[in-house]
Amino acid sequence: MNKMKYRRYKDKAFLYLMFLITIIAITPLASIIFELVAKGFNQLNISFFTEVAPTTLDSMLAKSTGNPVKGGIANGIVGTLQIVGIASLMAIPLGVFVGIYLAENSNKKFSTLVSFSTDLLAGIPSIVYGIIAYAWIVIKITDGYSGFAGSVALSIMMLPLVIRSTEESIKMIPASLKEASLALGTSYRKTILRVILPSAMSGLFTGILLSISRVIGETAPLILTALGSQVINLDITKPTSAIPLLIWEFYNDPYLINMIWSSSLFLMLLVLIFNISAKQISKRWAIQ
Amino acid sequence: MGNTINNNNIALHIEDLSIAYTKDKYAVKGINADIYKNTITAIMGPSGCGKSTLLRAINRMHELYPEIKVTGNILMKDQNIFKINAMEVRQKIGMVFQRPNPFPSMSIYENVLAGYSLNGIKLKKEEKDRIVQEVLEDVGLWEEVKDTLHKKRTALSGGQQQRLCIARSIAMKPDILLLDEPTSALDPISTSKIEELLMKLKDKFTIVIVTHNMSQAARISEYSMFMYLGDLIEYDLTKKMFTNPNDKRTEQYLTGKFG
Amino acid sequence: MKDRLFKISLIATCALVLLIMGGIIYTLAKGALPTFEEYGLGFITSSDWNPNPNNEHYGALPFIAGTLITSTLALLLCIPLSFPIAIFTGYYFKGTKVASIISDIVDMLAGVPSIVYGLWGFYTLRPIIVDLGLSQQGFGIFTASIILTIMIIPYATSLSSEFIKMVPNDLKEAAFAMGSTKLEVIQKVIFPSASSGIIASYILAMGRALGETMAVTMLIGNVNLIPTSLFSSGNTMASVIANQFGEADGIKLSSLIAIGLLLFFITVVINTIGRLIMKKLKV
Repeated sequence: MNKMKYRRYKDKAFLYLMFLITIIAITPLASIIFELVAKGFNQLNISFFTEVAPTTLDSMLAKSTGNPVKGGIANGIVGTLQIVGIASLMAIPLGVFVGIYLAENSNKKFSTLVSFSTDLLAGIPSIVYGIIAYAWIVIKITDGYSGFAGSVALSIMMLPLVIRSTEESIKMIPASLKEASLALGTSYRKTILRVILPSAMSGLFTGILLSISRVIGETAPLILTALGSQVINLDITKPTSAIPLLIWEFYNDPYLINMIWSSSLFLMLLVLIFNISAKQISKRWAIQ
Repeated sequence: MGNTINNNNIALHIEDLSIAYTKDKYAVKGINADIYKNTITAIMGPSGCGKSTLLRAINRMHELYPEIKVTGNILMKDQNIFKINAMEVRQKIGMVFQRPNPFPSMSIYENVLAGYSLNGIKLKKEEKDRIVQEVLEDVGLWEEVKDTLHKKRTALSGGQQQRLCIARSIAMKPDILLLDEPTSALDPISTSKIEELLMKLKDKFTIVIVTHNMSQAARISEYSMFMYLGDLIEYDLTKKMFTNPNDKRTEQYLTGKFG
Repeated sequence: MKDRLFKISLIATCALVLLIMGGIIYTLAKGALPTFEEYGLGFITSSDWNPNPNNEHYGALPFIAGTLITSTLALLLCIPLSFPIAIFTGYYFKGTKVASIISDIVDMLAGVPSIVYGLWGFYTLRPIIVDLGLSQQGFGIFTASIILTIMIIPYATSLSSEFIKMVPNDLKEAAFAMGSTKLEVIQKVIFPSASSGIIASYILAMGRALGETMAVTMLIGNVNLIPTSLFSSGNTMASVIANQFGEADGIKLSSLIAIGLLLFFITVVINTIGRLIMKKLKV
């Protein structure tokens, strides 16, 4: 009888212990969000979005005269849109095609090799992609730091995610759908592009949004490639700013430290928007 | 049933057709048969007898699996279907599958017209509307879905979905309609609706249906084939086969001794 | 005709992936070559990183040590912290609203950018370390390991939760039918059948930790010496690249690329081990 009680208590105690640890493990998230909102929220105003980042000089002058430091992160926002946008334009078509091939030819030797490479790409640290884009683009093509080099680094990072999500979501489509389309006399190309891909759209879209949310906050590869810029720069062959790059600059500059919280809050919001919409899409569009 | 096919009543002439999955493992062995126009021909037999394999070869769906080897000929209007473009064959020979498989990314309207849009055939709006209405009326779905034609992901019952799939096939105006156990996933009421529909459709199309349901074959078909282990054991008028089969094995199957 | 073109372009894109993979290895190897020609394997075993032009010498040992120590520490800390979450979402609350809320929160943790973790570590975690009297400035191996732990918890959790979910119900029911408590089911049923999957999850999570850059850079103290204690400053392979790549050229640049090559190999090995274990389970 006593043994029974002991076992029950032990069971309960374990559950409470697990619960306690779970709380501890997710406390940092609460703390991060609290800190970002508390310190960054009141700096999110119009000029934050419309003005470019202040220079150290601006800010020194402002401080010495007692005025608040003016400026925003417009150059970073535009740069991020540009770098991530071009990265997506490269990674999505490529990744979708590779995903189609892998899903359609899963037992070929060539597929195994491509699949293995995809796994390898997914595991490579982002800083290494920075080195690669530096060697391939900064040195060889744009002859200097450039937004395009940043895009290349990010697009290789996105590639495995896009490939896998395409492959997985096409594999979920029942074979009967492909048969139905072919039985109508449809070509293979149109069967894949007009029947299979649209049916797999929710999974595909989710994967794409998640891959964007993963690279949008990447800093390390951009330090080695896009470098940063004090002005809004639309030329992709020139150094370009990005929100994470600005955060890094603000962090390193004692005069600009105030700007880090609003920038980080905004970056976090961007990541969350992509993340949450990815989840919503996969829930809403799910095909039974 | 001679070797010449100038007979106007013949829709398909199957000649010495063999299908192998792997070397020397034949799923269909040397079949000869003529399929008659505007009739329903049922293919029966215990599972694994090769009936679905035979049916799928008729519109060359076996080509999805490169390891399958086919020998022999199937002639349609004097043309060997293995000698012409597979896509062309499939436009003339439609197929409906065991499980209803409407395209989930398309509305009902788009599903009916899928054969046209996917083959890049452009139609005028009026033409499209006319085909959709006509075909959906043919399959008895018009009244049920006419208000939700353009809605995506409408909840159709299994029977409705299967009728939509039949509509999608016949919208292309094929000569022949192949059905691979089209009612095996459906309830009895939906099944009888599909059966009625097929009896009506045979005026316009030649129908070949694979079924594991003997009474279904008896109810709707004029001709029946009985296959066993890849051989075509018996092919005759359905009435004759059900009342007085020639082969002992056919009789055993029909009386439920195996299968 | 168009069909053939389509199939060919599918294969071509796959070939491009192989080309990228091969190109990465080639580029790293070529960039690192001068360093290995100069120092040989001594580059890996030497702890002397000296950019001073008078006696310039580069050795990667401090960074290899820094990476391996922080990642291992993060792995060890991550196990007790992520297991409870995995057991909640995969077992106690499997399939319930609670589980989906917890896994949503974990996903959010995974989405926080590295640099934001770094800021939080700098402004919130570091002062705590100082207050506890663990180190004067609050920088160092220990602080970096903690931030890495927090960063890899989501990976370890979501993967290992999948393996816990996969334990067949009839096994659990058989144990319950004999009067086992939930804890006993975890010990006797879930652990034995999910353990290798859980281990693989932790290995893959460690693969993440090896390459983390920004947060570590902001917290480790950036000293090019082999760390002597848990609370001494150091540098990791990723953070030294991030810190010094910009102004580097010549043999220094080559040495940084060589560190990138080593980092690449270490992560490939760790990830491949993790993947192999997972593949074995799926069969």
